[in-house]
Amino acid sequence: MIDLQGYGPRLIEGAGVTVQLAVLSLILAIILGLLTASAKMSRNWMLRRTATVYTTLIRGVPDLVLMMLLFFGGQIGVNAISDMLYYNYDIDIYINFNAFAAGVLTIGFIFGAYMGETFRGAFMAVDNGQIEAGKAYGMSSSLVFRRIRFPQMMRHALPGLSNNWMVLLKTTALVSVIGLTDMVRVAAEASRATHEPFAFLLPVAAAYLLIASVSEWIFARLQKRYDIGFGGQ
Amino acid sequence: MAATPTPLEVRNIKKSFGDTEVLKGLSLQAHKGDVITLIGASGSGKSTFLRCMNLLEQPDDGDLIIHGEPIRFKKTKHGREPEDWKQVVQMRAKLSMVFQSFNLWAHMTLLENIIEAPIHVLKKPKKEALEHAHALLDRVGLTARAHAYPAQMSGGQQQRGAIARALAMDPEVMLFDEPTSALDPELVGDVLKVMHGLAEEGRTMVVVTHEMGFARDVSSQVIYLHQGVVEEAGPPEQVLANPQSSRLKQFLAPKY
Repeated sequence: MIDLQGYGPRLIEGAGVTVQLAVLSLILAIILGLLTASAKMSRNWMLRRTATVYTTLIRGVPDLVLMMLLFFGGQIGVNAISDMLYYNYDIDIYINFNAFAAGVLTIGFIFGAYMGETFRGAFMAVDNGQIEAGKAYGMSSSLVFRRIRFPQMMRHALPGLSNNWMVLLKTTALVSVIGLTDMVRVAAEASRATHEPFAFLLPVAAAYLLIASVSEWIFARLQKRYDIGFGGQ
Repeated sequence: MAATPTPLEVRNIKKSFGDTEVLKGLSLQAHKGDVITLIGASGSGKSTFLRCMNLLEQPDDGDLIIHGEPIRFKKTKHGREPEDWKQVVQMRAKLSMVFQSFNLWAHMTLLENIIEAPIHVLKKPKKEALEHAHALLDRVGLTARAHAYPAQMSGGQQQRGAIARALAMDPEVMLFDEPTSALDPELVGDVLKVMHGLAEEGRTMVVVTHEMGFARDVSSQVIYLHQGVVEEAGPPEQVLANPQSSRLKQFLAPKY
């Protein structure tokens, strides 16, 4: 039996941070992804160009570099604002740029670009006749989106989405560099203190595996739901 | 005379795809109870013409008047566009379309397909929409298939289901875009029978079709298109039984 030498509660806390961080980042990434996909399919030249710059930038720069840029850049920005408030309005506040928020923002921002590509392909896979039928029956574009395009697109998007999620989950391990106490950071500290790295890293690996398995099960259920009507019963 | 407005009137519709002008100024008036069939070889522009009537295609020029209300257009750098999409959406709710490839929504059961637009577009109460849907399913002979998904139904069943979906909107005018062209020959009859019934009860219909028998039996007017212009138009006994142009004669001649 592995002896956690009293680090158990902290590891569990860290696992909680990991899961919260991953889920919130996923939500942000999905929203950004849908916006990016819409922008890429838009008739507006500026929107298309902005979305392309965004995805190219994200795909070309390492996650770790982006994370540090956003974290330190964010802190500098927050400091500038609090300085401005102090000198101009005599309001004295010190805001610590929250490492958790920085983590969610960065990971969400990175994976929004990947999700954008996933969603764009999925939207393009929806048969145009399905959309035309919606229009021909007097649906507004937002109604066509909600009732037809989105539910039919999801079926094509889910495999890519689930893939992105798995990578995203593992990317959260990087947040320890910006000072966030996720389960990887707790394990690293404990390993250093006790000189028994395996006692902590193996449970952490198992925890990631567990989260991954649970999410695979959830994605399989979702896939089944969105496959309804498309042959596979 | 306080006549009710004409359900559908189009005037001088023009449409080009790139450099090719496919509709060269087409007009049509569908009065209440009219069944107008559009015939012609493929590429004659008949489907495009029909799709201009509910603005699935944007005509480059010409007027569109639905139930006495003209659609307003504006010029943009992409060409001509409707000025107010809300007006278009409201107009489309009055014209329901039956497609060649059925286009029933694949992720919904037949029953859900039928109540979808009445509930979300016409804002009908669900109970009322369901009652109407069941009556329509009975009418097209698909009561047993209410909970089937389109992929589980034959082409003929899907098309009859699509007609029930169209009827659920209580449309002013029904637009049919080659409704039997994608069907196996033995399934065509059932669909035509349903359409026959609709014509008899006085539905206003515009039908693009290759079924000359249907055109002859039920149309009040037959329009023969050739390369985007009306070559001949009139009652079927005139156009189909006594064609004037050599092209129409050739078009109507038995092919075997």
